[in-house]
Amino acid sequence: MSVRSAARLSVQNFDAQAAIQVPATVLRVGGARRYRLQVIGLRVMVAVVILGAWEVGARVSDCNTAGGVCIVDKFFWSQPSDIAQKLWSWFANGTDLGPIWEQVLVTMEETVGGFVVGSVLGIIFGVALGRNRLLADVLSPYIKGANAIPRVVVGALFAVSLGLDIKAKIATASVLVFFVVFFNAFQGVREVDRNLIANARILGANQRRLTTEIVIPSALSWIVASLHTSFGLALVGAVVGELFGATQGVGELIYLSKNLFDTAGVFAGMALLAAMALVAEALITALENRLIRWRPPVATETRI
Amino acid sequence: MMTAAIELRGVSKRFLTPSGTVYTALRDLDMTIQPGEFCAVVGPTGRGKSTTLGLISGLEPSSEGTVEVYGKRVNGIADGIGYVFQSDAVFPWKTVLDNVAAGPRYRGVAQREARDRARDWITRVGLAGFEDRYPYQLSGGMRKRVALAQSLINSPRILLMDEPFSALDVQTRSLMENELLTLWSASSASVVFVTHDLEEAISLSDRVFVITAGPGTVKSNYPVDLPRPRNVAEIRLQPHFLEIYEEIWKDLRDEVLVSYERQKRGAA
Repeated sequence: MSVRSAARLSVQNFDAQAAIQVPATVLRVGGARRYRLQVIGLRVMVAVVILGAWEVGARVSDCNTAGGVCIVDKFFWSQPSDIAQKLWSWFANGTDLGPIWEQVLVTMEETVGGFVVGSVLGIIFGVALGRNRLLADVLSPYIKGANAIPRVVVGALFAVSLGLDIKAKIATASVLVFFVVFFNAFQGVREVDRNLIANARILGANQRRLTTEIVIPSALSWIVASLHTSFGLALVGAVVGELFGATQGVGELIYLSKNLFDTAGVFAGMALLAAMALVAEALITALENRLIRWRPPVATETRI
Repeated sequence: MMTAAIELRGVSKRFLTPSGTVYTALRDLDMTIQPGEFCAVVGPTGRGKSTTLGLISGLEPSSEGTVEVYGKRVNGIADGIGYVFQSDAVFPWKTVLDNVAAGPRYRGVAQREARDRARDWITRVGLAGFEDRYPYQLSGGMRKRVALAQSLINSPRILLMDEPFSALDVQTRSLMENELLTLWSASSASVVFVTHDLEEAISLSDRVFVITAGPGTVKSNYPVDLPRPRNVAEIRLQPHFLEIYEEIWKDLRDEVLVSYERQKRGAA
């Protein structure tokens, strides 16, 4: 329960709330455009203030001499300009592990692999258990138990059993993804409108049709909502998998930088991961809008 | 004697409530409906009326008694049944066209033919031009039209309707009632129309069943000998309509009062 509500709350409601809290004055014609510009302006300002304070703090600090003013020790916390430089050099000259694109690609493959495997299994099990009461009652203590384990530790297991290549990372990521998608699919199936089921049965639908044409479409909005959260988890799984042992990938890059006390490298890796997550988020939103065309548009879209 | 379209004999239906007590929705109910007959079932608010439809459709088994449709005992969803639900039961993820085509598709008709037939029915219920809309883009009255077409496309021998128009505004409602009568007269279906509105019941039907306050059972049934074709908005003004109304209302009033008293006590 908590997992699915988290999945819904985190992404969907965030947008909805943003839409609700738009001041009424914004809805005047022309006001909406100005409001949008204002948002973008403020967003940039937030970044400038935080990064600026960090940069300035690091530059004015003197942490190596006794009695010096030490606000941000760049040995531990680096500074934005160093991080940017690091990123630039990765893209221009490559990394210790090889070209940067290769590292991004490797991590992306692991993430997407884990995301797809975990989602597909989660949907299959969620729908199967949601449709079959006996199966659900038999398996539910095991699933709840497995869900209670801090699941990233399976990364250690897979690193041993599946080796250092992509398989172990996909397995770790898919375990993280599976439970979120599973609980959402399960709940979605359970909450299908009884009237719709009754109507489809009267119209002549057999069990298979009921599942494919009524249950799954109905549960889809729950499932897709969980995909937003679970992509982030897939990324976590892939990176944790790399930390447990890898030869390539952004996680491995972060791990190497850490060993060299290169905090700029750690931050640069984090920035790459964030960028990957944002791109994926946009893709999932596009997928959502495509899959759930039948849903009334939310307030954000009807805004002028 | 001709086989009745629907025959309920000594039917009872009990439910287990979530708190573990047994709730009797229907007790010892007898009802016979002839082929092609339009019947209305009126009674106080409660689960009795809808439950009756559930039993006839085969969605729910009876606890006691027999339910027969055209002489065949109902066991599971019976063939040739159409059901228009009280709340919206059209599929929100299907377009109007695919909603109406759903029945034939489920019964094994090829996609193309099913859609052709659906287009025809969409025109008949006055929704031509809306084939590609999703239900959320339609008004409540239009969604009811979709639900009607969705049921009628299967040419049901029996059409069950559970307060189908109760959520509509008065004007849309009498419009829909007239259209229902037109569509029905072109078919040979028997209709069981559940409503709490006695005026609606009389203006539509050939026979009105009065159901008692729960546990529900048939208290009495009245033939409605008003001429057809009818215009539901005008027929209500005829003196004979008022006579029938008065006669049934005397009967119904007691049940409504019993039910009301019970609700008050329940709330207190």
